[in-house]
Amino acid sequence: MSKMHIKFHLNGQEVEGLAEPRMLLIHFLRENLKVTGPHIGCETSHCGACTVDLNGKSVKSCTLFACQADGAAITTVEGLTNPDGTLGVLQEMFREHHGLQCGFCTPGMITRAHRLLQENPTPTEEEVRFGISGNLCRCTGYQNIVKAILAAAEQLNAHKAPSSSEAVGQNVEAAE
Amino acid sequence: MKDEVQSPEERSAGLKGLGCSRKRVEDVRFTQGRGNYVDDIKLDGMLTGDFVRSPYAHARILSINTEAALAVPGVLAVLTAKDLEPLGLHWMPTLAGDKQMVLADGKVLFQGQEVAYVVATDRYAAADGVAAVEVDYEDLPVVTDPFKAMDPDAPVLREDLAGQTEGAHGPRRHHNHIFTWEQGDKAATEAVLAEADVVAEEMVYYHRTHPMPLETCGCVASMDKVTGKLTLWGTFQAPHAVRTVASLISGIAEHNIRVISPDIGGGFGNKVGVYPGYVCSIVASIVTGKPVKWVESRMDNLMSTAFARDYWMQGKIAATKEGKITGLWCHTTADHGGFDACADPTKFPAGFMNICTGSYDIPVAYLAVDGVYTNKAPGGVAYRCSFRVTEAAYFIERMIEVLAIRLNMDAAELRRINFIRKDQFPYQSALGWEYDSGDYHTAWEKALNAVGYDVLRREQAERLEAFKRGETRKLIGIGLTHFTEIVGAGPVKNCDILGLGMFDSCEIRIHPTGSAIARLGTISQGQGHATTFAQIIASEIGIPADDITLEEGDTDTAPYGLGTYGSRSTPVAGAATAMAARKIRAKAQMIAAYLLEVHDDDVEFEVDRFVVKGAPERFKTMKEIAFASYNQAIPGVEPGLEAVSYYDPPNMTYPFGAYICVMEIDVDTGEHEVRSFYALDDCGTRINPMIIEGQVHGGATEGYAIAMGQEIAYDEMGNHKTATLMDFFVPTAWETPHYTTDFTVTPSPHHPIGAKGVGESPNVGSVPCFSNAVHDAFRPFGLVQSHMPHDHWRIWKIAEDLGLHV
Ligand code: FES
Ligand code: FES
Repeated sequence: MSKMHIKFHLNGQEVEGLAEPRMLLIHFLRENLKVTGPHIGCETSHCGACTVDLNGKSVKSCTLFACQADGAAITTVEGLTNPDGTLGVLQEMFREHHGLQCGFCTPGMITRAHRLLQENPTPTEEEVRFGISGNLCRCTGYQNIVKAILAAAEQLNAHKAPSSSEAVGQNVEAAE
Repeated sequence: MKDEVQSPEERSAGLKGLGCSRKRVEDVRFTQGRGNYVDDIKLDGMLTGDFVRSPYAHARILSINTEAALAVPGVLAVLTAKDLEPLGLHWMPTLAGDKQMVLADGKVLFQGQEVAYVVATDRYAAADGVAAVEVDYEDLPVVTDPFKAMDPDAPVLREDLAGQTEGAHGPRRHHNHIFTWEQGDKAATEAVLAEADVVAEEMVYYHRTHPMPLETCGCVASMDKVTGKLTLWGTFQAPHAVRTVASLISGIAEHNIRVISPDIGGGFGNKVGVYPGYVCSIVASIVTGKPVKWVESRMDNLMSTAFARDYWMQGKIAATKEGKITGLWCHTTADHGGFDACADPTKFPAGFMNICTGSYDIPVAYLAVDGVYTNKAPGGVAYRCSFRVTEAAYFIERMIEVLAIRLNMDAAELRRINFIRKDQFPYQSALGWEYDSGDYHTAWEKALNAVGYDVLRREQAERLEAFKRGETRKLIGIGLTHFTEIVGAGPVKNCDILGLGMFDSCEIRIHPTGSAIARLGTISQGQGHATTFAQIIASEIGIPADDITLEEGDTDTAPYGLGTYGSRSTPVAGAATAMAARKIRAKAQMIAAYLLEVHDDDVEFEVDRFVVKGAPERFKTMKEIAFASYNQAIPGVEPGLEAVSYYDPPNMTYPFGAYICVMEIDVDTGEHEVRSFYALDDCGTRINPMIIEGQVHGGATEGYAIAMGQEIAYDEMGNHKTATLMDFFVPTAWETPHYTTDFTVTPSPHHPIGAKGVGESPNVGSVPCFSNAVHDAFRPFGLVQSHMPHDHWRIWKIAEDLGLHV
């Protein structure tokens, strides 16, 4: 099958590659670009393990063909780490509040939470629970994930000086 | 020096040892997407394997044509049973003493069964190849009901066993019969039942479900033709056992096989067994000379690897008029699917189902389990459960409720008067276990007080009156459970898998500068071993947990162990860790005494150092001792500071807990709302409270799913009805309840640090708790038993059948 040339911004860098038209974005990210943060839990758009941030929206990357991402700005969990290599606020809060166990849902969950806090910087517990309901976790029972996201919201609001994860968010928007 | 001014308490806190909610070391990688799961492995020239699967539940295979598939660009090979037969690999032994087809040999026995294995350059080419394989089937009569499977004229499923009247676990009395397992005293139990004041009888069904870790099963097999060494990465909960099994069935010498479990995205029992995908990937790598990766799709996972439960438990419970239980009888029909691939210790074909007397002092009991073949997927794994403990706990906790209804008694009170008393431990159960320790009454009272049980019952009664007056359509159910677990398999004298004793191991090496590495025979799948096992060592030898690296899962480096499942890591490998640490401490004591120029007995251990008795200013820290062990010639003491321990536990451990759930149920829609869920766990000594709490949240959420909607269901043709996450219920954050956790501490008397294991307790305890809440809501209207899962439709149906919809 002939391949298409695909180019997009990934975590602030331009990347490109060749993919068959039928290739899913998650496979392109993981197998062609070796970005293995986003995981595969179902390939049927149910679990959210493959969640990436695409043009400022949370997107399940198994729902999209790679070629549909041509020209987009994509952030994965790898892009949420601070430039100096330390954990971003959400990553730190997930660790602090034991918001992960096996870690398989975590990249998708944090990436979704990142966008959720852009959409609603001061969510209630209910809003967090609803806002991450597209992401399944089999280990934690969500309680500590919710705690971690609420704690991250608080921290981000406390230091209004732009933290790195906000900076990434702004980059994404700027790229739109 | 800073060290000098610290009190022992301060130094102890700095170690982050036992009892510390130490943050997990694993999380730095995982939160940045730097985990290394099997599907993240990418090797040069790596190929992909994928299966052609049977669309039929029972059919004869007339022919398989692979020509068109082999012509698909990128497809390199297609394996069928015919290709595996010369290698003797078309069938493989199961962990339960049965055998299982690797690729369909003449017929298929369940929908989704592996028929052919396509090897291609990538996953898309492999999928094209799978679609191009032509298989001719002739369908056969299907049996999905285990009771009908035992009819005299039921279709013969396992033609390979024709004429075999003796199975792995004794006589087979029917062509679809696998085994009968009997425990306890049948005659005495029947005598008690015949004379009892009251006998309550009920069929309790624990439906078929699936562990469904978020990461499916998979492997990468790489045969190096030059060195003759096979490396196998995979989602293995028991890497060493996989190495031994792989060696036995492939004929490759065990030292030429290296099995590596990388990070595992949840296991819950799904990743204990050996699956056709592993065998086919190994063969494909040998055939092609290239590494071959196989990772299941979610549908493959739900259809073919490792279902759990599916026990039909017929029970009789006898009691006096006052409610004192006098006997328990249980006959279970166990649906094992097409092959008996349960992962139980060899001598326990129904696992530890004989813990079904639960937390109660029951003088006589009898249990019989009949294993039966049907046209369903094989498995019967311990889904976050120590070998059928979940089934046992559900059975007894339902039977207690059924008895309470018969006696017209409060179910909390009925439990209270039947609990094994604290002074009865160690307690010999009627079905053969010696419970090591427990204090059930204390836990129970604490739980009832915490939730305000009496107030809740009053509120429930008021709601019922309001319902009867037509003022509300919602009822309140109060779910009670007191469970006793049996974990930490187990003593080698009665626990083995395929002849491998169920000990576990730990090796510790102290580096010259006083940091350390420890390796274990277990493997974490999210339990946080790298964090908690370091805490055990920290407390035992006084090296800060942060200075200890933990490694598991590589059979070339880790000591042999039976792996992680059945809540056995802390009870068995955790004990091995403490024992290895104590060997190091004993040697350190000799070194310290030498350095301090006193007799060995004149120094004592204090947090992180050995101190001369009566002269606290004279001491040697573990750091100093570690260095001395590498740089000084000490008479009579070998250089270095290392130890290994293989721990054979003297007994199982018996964690327990009291769970209480309050649920609102809408009679008209069948919807429910969990208003509160209180979980008190007693897992003995608590290593890391934060991780324990996380385990309880996670296990209770799995239990919530199982009780309230999750099932593996088939239609009469054997079609799998719940093979995607659209149909298989996994709760999201939105419907998952909020949990309140609590604890008591009754240390295990035989475990070196008194720990018992906790990972599975919340799954074991929460399922009956949620289910009992549903039943309790409808108790005033005469409901005695209704099978799980209690999804909206089934709850609506309960109300409908009770005439509550007018
Ligand atoms: S893998 Fe994309 S939603 Fe599950
Ligand atoms: S941490 Fe394992 S699936 Fe969420």
